[in-house]
Amino acid sequence: MDAPRLSVRHLSTSFPTDGGLVHSVADVSFDIAPGRTTALVGESGSGKSVTSLTLMRLLARSANARVSGQAHFATREGRSVDLLALPEAEMRRLRGHQLAMIFQEPMTSLNPVFTVGEQIAESVRLHKGLDRAAALAHAQRMLELVEIPAAARRVHEYPHQLSGGMRQRVMIALAMACDPTLLIADEPTTALDVTIQAQILALMRRLQAETGMSILFITHNLGVVAHHADDVAVMYAGRVVERAPVRPLFAAPQHPYTQGLLACLPGKARAAGQARPKRLFAIRGQVSSPLAPPPGCAFEPRCDQARDDCRAAMPPLIATGDGRSARCVLVAPSHDQEAT
Amino acid sequence: MKLPPVLRALLHRRIVMLAALVLAAIVVLALGAPWFASIDPNDTAVLQRLKGPSAEHLLGTDELGRDLYSRIVHGARYSLAIAGLTALGATLAGTLLGLVAGFFRRLDAPLMRIVDAMMSFPDILLAIALVAILGASLANVVFALVLVYTPRVARVVRASTLVVRELLFVEAVRALGVRTSRILWRHVLPNLLSPILVQVSFIFAYAILAEAGLSFLGVGVPPDIPTWGTMVAGGQQYADRAFWVVLFPGLAIILTALSLQLLGDGVRDLLDPKLKKAA
Amino acid sequence: MTRFLISKALGMLAVLAIVAVIVFVLTRAASGDPVAVLLGDQATAQDIARVQKQYGLDRPLPVQFGYWLRELAHGNLGDSIFLQRPVTQALAERAEPTTLLALLAVAIAAAIGIPCGIVSAVFRGRWIDQVFTGVAMLGASIPSFWLGLVLIQMFAVSLGWFPVSGYGAPGASLPERVHALILPAAVLGLLNSALIIRFTRASMLDVLGEDYVRTARSKGLAESTVVLKHALRNALVPIVTVLGLTVALMIGGAVVTETVFGLPGIGNLVVNAVLRRDYPVIQGALLVVAGIYVLINFAIDLLYAVVDPRVKVS
Repeated sequence: MDAPRLSVRHLSTSFPTDGGLVHSVADVSFDIAPGRTTALVGESGSGKSVTSLTLMRLLARSANARVSGQAHFATREGRSVDLLALPEAEMRRLRGHQLAMIFQEPMTSLNPVFTVGEQIAESVRLHKGLDRAAALAHAQRMLELVEIPAAARRVHEYPHQLSGGMRQRVMIALAMACDPTLLIADEPTTALDVTIQAQILALMRRLQAETGMSILFITHNLGVVAHHADDVAVMYAGRVVERAPVRPLFAAPQHPYTQGLLACLPGKARAAGQARPKRLFAIRGQVSSPLAPPPGCAFEPRCDQARDDCRAAMPPLIATGDGRSARCVLVAPSHDQEAT
Repeated sequence: MKLPPVLRALLHRRIVMLAALVLAAIVVLALGAPWFASIDPNDTAVLQRLKGPSAEHLLGTDELGRDLYSRIVHGARYSLAIAGLTALGATLAGTLLGLVAGFFRRLDAPLMRIVDAMMSFPDILLAIALVAILGASLANVVFALVLVYTPRVARVVRASTLVVRELLFVEAVRALGVRTSRILWRHVLPNLLSPILVQVSFIFAYAILAEAGLSFLGVGVPPDIPTWGTMVAGGQQYADRAFWVVLFPGLAIILTALSLQLLGDGVRDLLDPKLKKAA
Repeated sequence: MTRFLISKALGMLAVLAIVAVIVFVLTRAASGDPVAVLLGDQATAQDIARVQKQYGLDRPLPVQFGYWLRELAHGNLGDSIFLQRPVTQALAERAEPTTLLALLAVAIAAAIGIPCGIVSAVFRGRWIDQVFTGVAMLGASIPSFWLGLVLIQMFAVSLGWFPVSGYGAPGASLPERVHALILPAAVLGLLNSALIIRFTRASMLDVLGEDYVRTARSKGLAESTVVLKHALRNALVPIVTVLGLTVALMIGGAVVTETVFGLPGIGNLVVNAVLRRDYPVIQGALLVVAGIYVLINFAIDLLYAVVDPRVKVS
């Protein structure tokens, strides 16, 4: 097994607010293997976006975030650097180069006053030192790579002349322009039509196969996870509550939250043995306010399997064998592996 | 050690508090002018003209030998009264105009065109023309300035009204069949209080400056009424040998206008952030 | 697109029409008979009637308005009662100092205001931001005549670097005339930079919060590139609008400064006309000043539509 491309250990991000310190991300650990896709799954507010922004060090300065933990990234030169401890200048060298990110809102993520070609070329000139003409040619090649028709014309067009799906392709082209080894995709298809979603996801899959890059895929869509992820980390209230390869996770979820999520899928309702499902399942209750977290397990107030000791303390992430772990007192620990 | 954002808010409020204190002091001085400035402001003493600041005359004397400190304190009454009444009048009229324009779609375009037309004239020019028509008196200056600043308030109130109108509870109340006037008075207007309050403060500041400008040009209040602007106008030609005649009334204007603006800014930051965007 | 242009043009015409009505009503509503003033105490009733007829002051109001509009359409703003020349000529003579002053002042305001506003936005909340914002508020509290007198005292009287007043001797060269404008432009520039600082700061803060700025950072660009290339280019658009409108407002709005510095500008012309009840000049100047503002506003709207097609949608 190769060394992971990215190894996140005990990542925590907190924000001071008027109501107190909000722990958006707490004790998050996961690995991403080279050439594989790890999905970070969770509902809104679970901390998955903040995780990605923390890793890229793109949090707003005015947010005054407190960050702790490590994120060991294996660079192409073979070094291992801690992304969270790098000097800003070195981080900038990685950003847009070996570490790339695409965002959720393609409609607003491109600068309206520059052509798409210029925006891609800017990245290429910065990281690869090409001159303007060569950079634009490379930009055009990138547009072709992401299957944008008439790339030669599109290179000179402005973002508002492109549809949402095409803009997202441009974002991907931008991210891929300097051969990243790790692509962080923060809900890249959430804002797109379903048919376009499928195309974009297939495109990303193909690019990954061709370049061998790793992908950190952030989403709340379990369907996407099932089809496109290799490993999954489920987040709830800022913590990782379950980690597993994708098939075992869907086949036999271990954490009550994951079980609840999967039970919500309409298809699952039918599979539960009813001839015609009468009612869709929904996890009862709501996520607790980040300013008033429950004393023990964060999911305990909504959990039908909760015991008394669930309220006592936050359960640790327990390794359950076969590369899986879950943050729940109910799971059976495997004694031959360490969960981190 | 307090958290930075909280500390910043506190600091900001400290300056706002200071501004409010300064303003209060000015108002108190103005109201109690006879007690705080015992020398008669109209007492000319030709032998004492253009004397610098001294123990006897705190801020010196003007071109007719009158005590400058006393004139400034007494003049505060007029300057503050004119500007204050302007702020009140412009806010009332502008709120009415903006409310109607923002709430009744059909009236919006024509009313806003009139507002646009009025704002096409530079403030001072319009004020000068209006005072010329109405005649130079204290009341007319106030009236003229009210006309000049009403459009500004109207625009802001209209923008806020548009925001509030779209809020769901207004739709709900309309669906219940509540009379429009009641909707405006009970539901829309209370939500506009914060931008309106902010505007009062700023218009007050603009009016202080505008009235001073008008008086300086000699087209404002009659020259026998001692506002800060007339004081500077009177001392203008002696500026090279007795600059304090120009300096101190000007500082009074600056201090008052600055405190008002700081107050308005502070109020804007403290109150409803939702409507802050519209204001 | 054409529908957008037509609606904007119609709106502009409506505003201009209202401006015309306002100007006409204002000047006609004035108390005091300019003719009697012009002719002095010795005038007989016949003299007054004759001059009134000459200047069309004896007809009913709406008729006067109609005649006036017709003359306007022909580019005729009437003749000044006191200056004995066409109003258009009087305005044209005064145009140069006012226009140069306005352009110079706005250039100074922009040169000070835009960099300070950018710094304020980038270092939001830090002490430099507090200082600049405070200075901006101070600048908005200073009366222009006071600042003018202060600067005259310091630089013209004490140091002698600039003329105390005036627009240069008759027949002075352009550099000399511009030299005479430096102090008044400094006054207006400093005071208006306050507005520009606050506006630039607000505009930059808006833009810095946009998604594409985050994208620019994610590409690994240096922060200065992100701010000055990606953010500023977008923030500049509304700022330039404000600058353009400020120039327009200064054309007739620099009255006080023109008076303090004895500049033969348009504002000065209007003040004197008001004091002497010179109707045609008041009307003509107000109309021209407001008209310029409306036209510049319209031109800016057009420019927006051409430059940014997204505007069409709203």
